[in-house]
Amino acid sequence: MSDESAVLREPWLDFDRQREAAKFGIWVFLGSEALFFGALLMTYTVCRVEHPEAFAAAGRETNIWYGTINTAVLLTSSLSMAMASQAAESGMRFRRLVLGCLLATVLLGLAFIVIKGFEYKEDIDKHLVPGAGFALPQAGAQLFYGLYWLVTGVHAVHLSIGMVLVSRLFWMFYQRKLRISENPELEVTALYWHLVDIVWIFLYPLIYLPGRAS
Amino acid sequence: MTDALLAGELPLPPRPDYLRHGSTIASWLTTTDHKRIAILYAVTITFFFFLGGAAITAVRLELFQPNGWFLTSDSYNKLFSFHGIVMVWFFLVPSIPNTLGNFLLPLMIGAPDVAFPRLNLFSWYLTLAAGALTVYALLAGGVDTGWTFYTPYSSMFSNTHVFAAAAGVFVVGFASIATGVNFIATTHMLRAPGMTWFRLPLFVWAIYATSLIMVLATPVLAISLLLVIAERWLGLPIFDPSRGGDPVLFQHLFWFYSHPAVYIMVLPAMGVVSEIIPCFARRRIFGYDFMVYAMLAISGIGFFVWGHHMFVSGQSALASLVFSFLSFIIAVPSAIKVFNWTASLYRGQISFESPMLYALGFVGLFTTGGLSGLFLASIPVDIHVTDTYFVVAHFHYIMVGGSVSAFFAGLHFWWPKATGKLYPESWAKFAAILMYSGFNMTFLPQFFAGYLGMPRRYHTYPAEFQIYNVMSSAGAAVLAVAYLLPLGYLTWSLFYGGRAGNNPWEATGLEWTTTSPPPPKNFDWQPRVDREPYDYHAEGLSAGTDRPEVQNVREIQ
Repeated sequence: MSDESAVLREPWLDFDRQREAAKFGIWVFLGSEALFFGALLMTYTVCRVEHPEAFAAAGRETNIWYGTINTAVLLTSSLSMAMASQAAESGMRFRRLVLGCLLATVLLGLAFIVIKGFEYKEDIDKHLVPGAGFALPQAGAQLFYGLYWLVTGVHAVHLSIGMVLVSRLFWMFYQRKLRISENPELEVTALYWHLVDIVWIFLYPLIYLPGRAS
Repeated sequence: MTDALLAGELPLPPRPDYLRHGSTIASWLTTTDHKRIAILYAVTITFFFFLGGAAITAVRLELFQPNGWFLTSDSYNKLFSFHGIVMVWFFLVPSIPNTLGNFLLPLMIGAPDVAFPRLNLFSWYLTLAAGALTVYALLAGGVDTGWTFYTPYSSMFSNTHVFAAAAGVFVVGFASIATGVNFIATTHMLRAPGMTWFRLPLFVWAIYATSLIMVLATPVLAISLLLVIAERWLGLPIFDPSRGGDPVLFQHLFWFYSHPAVYIMVLPAMGVVSEIIPCFARRRIFGYDFMVYAMLAISGIGFFVWGHHMFVSGQSALASLVFSFLSFIIAVPSAIKVFNWTASLYRGQISFESPMLYALGFVGLFTTGGLSGLFLASIPVDIHVTDTYFVVAHFHYIMVGGSVSAFFAGLHFWWPKATGKLYPESWAKFAAILMYSGFNMTFLPQFFAGYLGMPRRYHTYPAEFQIYNVMSSAGAAVLAVAYLLPLGYLTWSLFYGGRAGNNPWEATGLEWTTTSPPPPKNFDWQPRVDREPYDYHAEGLSAGTDRPEVQNVREIQ
């Protein structure tokens, strides 16, 4: 499986060029993703500037413990993803390390989703879903929670796609259907995974810290 | 073949071209050949073009009479909304990039395919799925929000199928992003040896600049539609002022995409015309470098002018002032291009084959549309004509007069390359002239009606505007014939047309060095480039052997 022709695809004549193109392509796509989340964060910013007190009050209602633990979980998953990607650079020597790291990444991602699920359940119990019977009196607080559900939801969808991609790679490597060393698919998946983490790094202060800083 | 012969190689054995490489339906539906995907797209957008055209035919029929004789207000709203949604996202945005761009980009840079062929096919399937959603929205009862999905029309006051239509546009956006990523990576990574950045044909530059906008603007459209869907479906209050939301925010998000989207529609058209004018004037393009810079400037500045759609929305006076200024600025690179096309004709040996007629039509109509855009960039005039037919006329001059003319120009120019067949030239010339006349008959009266105060999107109107509407509807009938003609004679040419040689127009460019139609991998040998584009004559000379008029005059004296 270390045979180059096994991973060389149309229209490429040269494996290094193909690898370079895959990385270049995913960077362009990540630029697109930055604008995707950027538009959401811009919406958040506009609403927060219009309703500063309501956002502070709403931010205090979030559960910072869930948020902080999840941040740690997700950042650790980025570490294992980066280790998998670096270990794969060195070829077959670290096959088991690569497989272990990929598995850890998926499991950490799953842990994030599960913890997020507990948090969502608590939010629903506390009537923090916009609409009739919303817990907080301020109008802007509904905006905060509207965006909260949307942004975390979109982030969770991205994370789930990432988990599917990483699981697939794990399975293909485990079955020896793909070569590990210098695999462009692994590099591309790793870059995508890191984007999902970076988005969370922006979301954490925007969701959990308003109203708590002072 | 000449290069291969010069290199001392023997002629290659006959091999099937890309059209005859496989003939089953499955071989088309699972193809990753960029040329076949281009054909799939061409069929798809032709379908949507005539679907959107049918909707507007009913609208124009209705406007024959001022009293609303044919349609109810609701059906009228649904028909013009459907026309706008389909024409913008399912025809204009994919038109040139996904058909001509897909077909030509790899050929023009000397590559065997695009960088990610499977992604290319995936994006076509996304387009189909999105189109199905939007057509479902029509069949299920239609959408009455207008193509802009403005809140609160789309959130509070609409009981129609906004969800399906918005979801369709949301999904087709991902097709757009996938195409953009693919084309950018292709241009960066797959240029043939010697094909440096400043030897790229201007069409490639145009597709590249367009792809940048697709990649960076489309996600913002996705978010604005997602927020509308969330507001309708989940009851989130983002755009609802009674719950602290901000309806103007929707307009900002929407136009942050939709203004650059105008350039998604017109930049590829500029690229097509920049290929055709040098060919039929036998002239190098005038000011190649500045043509490139102008296109990049348009795609960059295009991101900072969205507020000129919102002069009456209640945004701050300062914002309006800045957006107005920037909107005037973006006219500069567009003007550079118009001057350069005109200058490229100077001392050329011009011939008026059908692609050239369409291309010259583009220059005239684009200039008219662009100049009327300056009226709209100026705040006082814009406030007077906001939401009138003046605006309708303006953007149809750019999108229909400009983009669609250029699409037909490109279609006729590269038809022999794509199909290997020649079409009846006199019919094509007739259609080109008819399209130009029909277009002006349709949309010129709308400038007058709009300036005199006829609002857009109303199906009844004061009787004094009837004359303009009758002229417009009559013109639309002519235009419809002009659009149907190519469908007829181009289809005819597929079966009965004469065989086209490799290079029927004697044009420069790598796509003309391979066979018509090209083989599955585009070239039988690795192309190498050692000259500038548009090498129609030696540098510093002109195509003609005659001397300029002015010198002749001097000799006479």
